[in-house]
Amino acid sequence: MTVRVFVVDDHELFRSGVRSELRDGHEIVGDAGSVDEAIAAIRATRPDVVLLDVHMPGGGGRAVIDAVRGELPEVKFLALSVSDAAEDVIEVIRAGARGYVTKSISPEELDVAVRRVHDGDAVFSPRLAGFVLDAFAAETSLPIDPELDQLSPREREVLRYIARGYAYKEVAHELGISVKTVETHVSAVLRKLQLSSRYELSRWAADHSLV
Amino acid sequence: MTGLNLPRPTLEARDLRPSLRRSRTNRMVAGVAGGIGEHLDIAPLAVRVAFIVLGLAGGFGVIVYLLLWLLAPAEELNRGVAASARELPRPEVRQVLGVGFLVLGVFTLLWVSGFWFGEGLAWPVTLAAIGFAVLWARSSADDGRGRLELPSFGSPFEALVRARVSWTRLVLGVSLIGGGMAVFLAATTSLEAAANVVLAVIVTAGGLVLLAGPWLWRLANELMEERSSRIRSQARAEMAAHLHDSVLQTLALIQRAKEPREMASLARTQERDLRAWLYGRAPSVHGARLRDAIDAMAGRSERLHQVKVEAVVVGDADLDDDLRALVSAASEAVLNAAKHSGVSDVSVYVEVDDGQVDAFVRDNGTGFDPRLVPEDRRGIADSIVKRMERHGGTASIRSRPGAGTEVVLHLPRRPELPRRSA
Repeated sequence: MTVRVFVVDDHELFRSGVRSELRDGHEIVGDAGSVDEAIAAIRATRPDVVLLDVHMPGGGGRAVIDAVRGELPEVKFLALSVSDAAEDVIEVIRAGARGYVTKSISPEELDVAVRRVHDGDAVFSPRLAGFVLDAFAAETSLPIDPELDQLSPREREVLRYIARGYAYKEVAHELGISVKTVETHVSAVLRKLQLSSRYELSRWAADHSLV
Repeated sequence: MTGLNLPRPTLEARDLRPSLRRSRTNRMVAGVAGGIGEHLDIAPLAVRVAFIVLGLAGGFGVIVYLLLWLLAPAEELNRGVAASARELPRPEVRQVLGVGFLVLGVFTLLWVSGFWFGEGLAWPVTLAAIGFAVLWARSSADDGRGRLELPSFGSPFEALVRARVSWTRLVLGVSLIGGGMAVFLAATTSLEAAANVVLAVIVTAGGLVLLAGPWLWRLANELMEERSSRIRSQARAEMAAHLHDSVLQTLALIQRAKEPREMASLARTQERDLRAWLYGRAPSVHGARLRDAIDAMAGRSERLHQVKVEAVVVGDADLDDDLRALVSAASEAVLNAAKHSGVSDVSVYVEVDDGQVDAFVRDNGTGFDPRLVPEDRRGIADSIVKRMERHGGTASIRSRPGAGTEVVLHLPRRPELPRRSA
């Protein structure tokens, strides 16, 4: 099944690179190099998955998600970045992106990630898993909403395996559970990350850039 | 200048006694009497009395005192009068008395020598002088002879603000000077005329402000702007220098690289470097941090072994010997993976907890059966294990043929080590 993909990145070279990499399995319905351009084109083309650069002039990937997500809830976003400033990545995820991968990802991995996001699952790279573990480890003494503000031991375990470089399939094998269950755990973590009203989360990010 | 006959014996006796210096510790005005006392080995009080007597005798002592003040260097640390006065809180009253006597002596001298300009000028000048001293006496470190130092930059008021003159001092100084002016005006002209003069001065000042104000304002703005643009251009130059030394060099190397592998390795190293520079954390006050050490290790391994190392660190800690050993062990594990796994991706994951640090070095390569370990591989594995054991930790290897290899390092932390600061 082909996924209709839209690429947003302010680097022309990178856009054309991604286009050629994904051409075989997917339909590239368009690309954009700026926030405004991207918002207009996504409204017009209604893609399945938007590959979204975290850093862009004019508000970055977050501005695109904020503008489009309300009216087009079926469009899925996958954040893509060279930047590893944790607060930027967490912010895009909290805005609604279904995952985060680094631009050094191999074409095969990117293909898998696009399909996974399209199916409604979350895509956690080792680095994102590390960011999330760090964010949730930062403060556990006073959760405002225990359901949302803490990771379950199982979720933590899954994230640790991902941070260690295990693919979902390998995590499933290690824990003796199905890949679907791993995906469920990861999606739950994503949901907590997005819905948790924990003030500490954003403060953690701010503190972290200063540490 | 007959006063010069007094210091003469001191010149002859230079080799036998401490040379004449103004005393910093034993002083009322400028330490001259104290210095002479120390120099001649007599009580400073006697010297002071002598000065006062001489001062009353036609102001002669005052001339001598002022000359010595100018000529004799201050002892060791050179400080302004005001600063020293502040350093020595106890003799303050005596110092004030000393200064008073000195001023009195000056007046006596002027009066005797016929330069007296009448009561009308004496008090205003005195008041204004004291006000000036209060305003301008600054604790300037290089102010050797009690000279008042004008600031090299900016307006007097800015200098006052910069020197953080207290408001009491400012108000006191200004009102003393203002009082002196008022007394002068009141004495020389009628009070009504004085009021007119004050009005005239205010009008003139207002006119000057109108005339020169905008220009002064613009000048100040230009100065500010120039300063900030200088800071900006400095930052730009710094950035250009950094990019030149790093990114441009790497780009040049990439163009010369023959193999894609080499190219990728150069690019990754540069990316890591640039990322650290852009989003890097400021160096810790306590020294190196574990996170930075792991990042550096990953970068080094990428360069040396041509593998891609994905390093993820959760939490952080100050680097100590145990953690350094952990980093070295992890480095060996990466080397191990680069050599034997057959793949070019290695994951490093380090987790810092209150009680322990865990590190995982994993490749997704061929793997092996730990029971049938080849000799060369055993050697490295052993060195990792022994290194960890020496520091109170453990190391284990998990591997299956076809399912990659993972080296697990575990290090319990000693209680006195600082807690994580995530």
